[in-house]
Amino acid sequence: MNDPVDVLIIGAGASGAAVAWSLAETKMHILCLEQGGWMNPAQYPSTGRDWEARFWGDYSPSPNIRGRREDYPINDDNSPIKVVNFNAVGGSTIFYTAHFPRLHPSDFRVKSLDGVADDWPVDYDTLAPFFAENDRMMGVSGLAGDPAVPPRDPPMPPLPMGRSGAIFAKAMNRLGWHWWPSDTTVATVDYEGRAKCINLGHCTPACAQGAKASTDITYWPVAQRAGVELKTHCRVHEITTNGDGMAAGVVYYDADGKEQFQAAHVVVLACNGIGTPRLLLNSTSGKFPNGLANSSGLVGRNLMFHPYAQVYGYVADETDSNRAPPTCLWSKEFYETDRSRGFVRGYSFQFGRGVGPIMEAVTSEQKGLLPWGAAHHAVFRRLNGHRLTLSAICEDLPEAHNRVTLDPVLKDCHGIPAPKIDYTIGENTARMMAHGIARAKDVLAACEATDICVNSPILYGGWHLLGTARMGTDPESSVVNEWGRSHDVKNLFIVDGSLFVTSGGVNPTSTIQALALYVADQMKQRLANLFD
Amino acid sequence: MPADNPLTPAQEADLAAIAGFIIPASDEFDVPGADDPAIQADMLATLGRDAPLVREALDVLARLAGAPLGDLDPARREAVALALRAVGGPAVAALTRVVLQCYYRDDRVVRSLGLEPRPPYPQGHVLPDGDWSLLDPVRARPPLWRRA
Repeated sequence: MNDPVDVLIIGAGASGAAVAWSLAETKMHILCLEQGGWMNPAQYPSTGRDWEARFWGDYSPSPNIRGRREDYPINDDNSPIKVVNFNAVGGSTIFYTAHFPRLHPSDFRVKSLDGVADDWPVDYDTLAPFFAENDRMMGVSGLAGDPAVPPRDPPMPPLPMGRSGAIFAKAMNRLGWHWWPSDTTVATVDYEGRAKCINLGHCTPACAQGAKASTDITYWPVAQRAGVELKTHCRVHEITTNGDGMAAGVVYYDADGKEQFQAAHVVVLACNGIGTPRLLLNSTSGKFPNGLANSSGLVGRNLMFHPYAQVYGYVADETDSNRAPPTCLWSKEFYETDRSRGFVRGYSFQFGRGVGPIMEAVTSEQKGLLPWGAAHHAVFRRLNGHRLTLSAICEDLPEAHNRVTLDPVLKDCHGIPAPKIDYTIGENTARMMAHGIARAKDVLAACEATDICVNSPILYGGWHLLGTARMGTDPESSVVNEWGRSHDVKNLFIVDGSLFVTSGGVNPTSTIQALALYVADQMKQRLANLFD
Repeated sequence: MPADNPLTPAQEADLAAIAGFIIPASDEFDVPGADDPAIQADMLATLGRDAPLVREALDVLARLAGAPLGDLDPARREAVALALRAVGGPAVAALTRVVLQCYYRDDRVVRSLGLEPRPPYPQGHVLPDGDWSLLDPVRARPPLWRRA
């Protein structure tokens, strides 16, 4: 029998780590259960000669391909975008590009400004101090002064522009379009015990140098030193409730596969936009027959991905290929609404440096650019090290039919029902993607690139898992209130990307973590009457 | 087949033959073909989770060829190889990827591309910082973001 804890956090990824660190100062007994384990950087792909090949194996971004015991299967057959994630201490911050923009102020007022979707119950100014705090904790590199975003002050200088960035920069200047060095969580100088980036390049599937921030090396060491307990290889099956309709604790499988019960006074869900609705829907009871915290019927609905429209081509000059962190610049030229474009809302461009030789060979062969036979070598030498890529990260509006449910057949290795995804790309987003592809081709033309290829959407591009337990003031149209507490279960909180009311058009990790810190701050301010 | 060998001898021979067709040796670039014994050994040793799909692709290849691929005359071999590529699908994609990923990590091939045969870590790479004065016209723009 486990002793009850004050706060039980489920999930040790981007948001779970942030909320654990923030709550640690309360000196409450805080326990986090994580289905994955601690990663060993000495075994990350960039340490071996098979560094590229592992992308199609044990370091695939898809849990269905990767198939580690720590992963759970996801039925995403009925979606043009497949879910990608990582399950470990650090969660998907282990396996991400470290691109770290914030949502814009307008992203929180979508209904008021553009007449679509809904406004958030919080705004940019409310989150601003938590963005800054998170930038310091994660360690953000970037350059102040970007006219496309509100003022911010990254604690480290930006990543090098490099050859690829310089080609893009000159092209964007010829077009008169906005560009700026990206905010990233890659340390460009030694920072808080992290060694600076040495341009391993292959750092999306984990950084062996430790320069890229993942919460196993940022928040967690500090949180553990402050007394937070973290148990790994513990997969939660369901959240149980008591006779008062409050969360009583969780049933989980421990590292030995034994079923355990952990009682808790407060339960915090930090399992991402797929794992959180999955767990809520698996937590049924007589009082909550449709899943926990689901009186609105919105648990699992309004799934948003950010469809990526990726375009690439080849230039005569040498590019950075795989020899640096994959992203270098962003553009917000088409971010804010301009109805003359034929859609509302907008997208960011994310500029990539290039790819390694094996990725180049495999993908250009699949596109039909790289021939079989005697001509192979000459063509490959023209392509390899000459690719430039940019992607439009398109805002996905919430649509109730895009949802996470429980698969009636598929189960994980513990027998827990797996999530099923039903998702289609909305009309507004489709028009936005077409615009993004056309403008990306303009950029590549300005770079004098040839052999233009398009991936739209990126098939394995479901990195951003948002909206499936949205926040709001109305219990009939939201799952949690304006500070992350379930409308239905007063001691149940959600802090991950499920909270998002709309998606914005940027990578969401910065905003996810700022929201988690905000929810934790609200909890701390209300400790005396948290359940009122 | 033996438990430690993912392919039959006939499949191994067909794998070498199709690999050698996809990427033949080149005197011009001073590189081996993908049927080189060391590269073939790498493929067999690291086939791992790709083995079922690669076997499936090799079964398709065997049906298309009707005989060991290496025994066919060059014109027939080319026709069969191109027919296999046209079949496409996950199995052929896996076979092709296995060939490419083992070929483009061979030391001789990597050096021929002007690259160092080593993992990225711990040496890393050096990148030019770039000319940040390119940002001057962007800095001069008024705010683009909407106040809300």
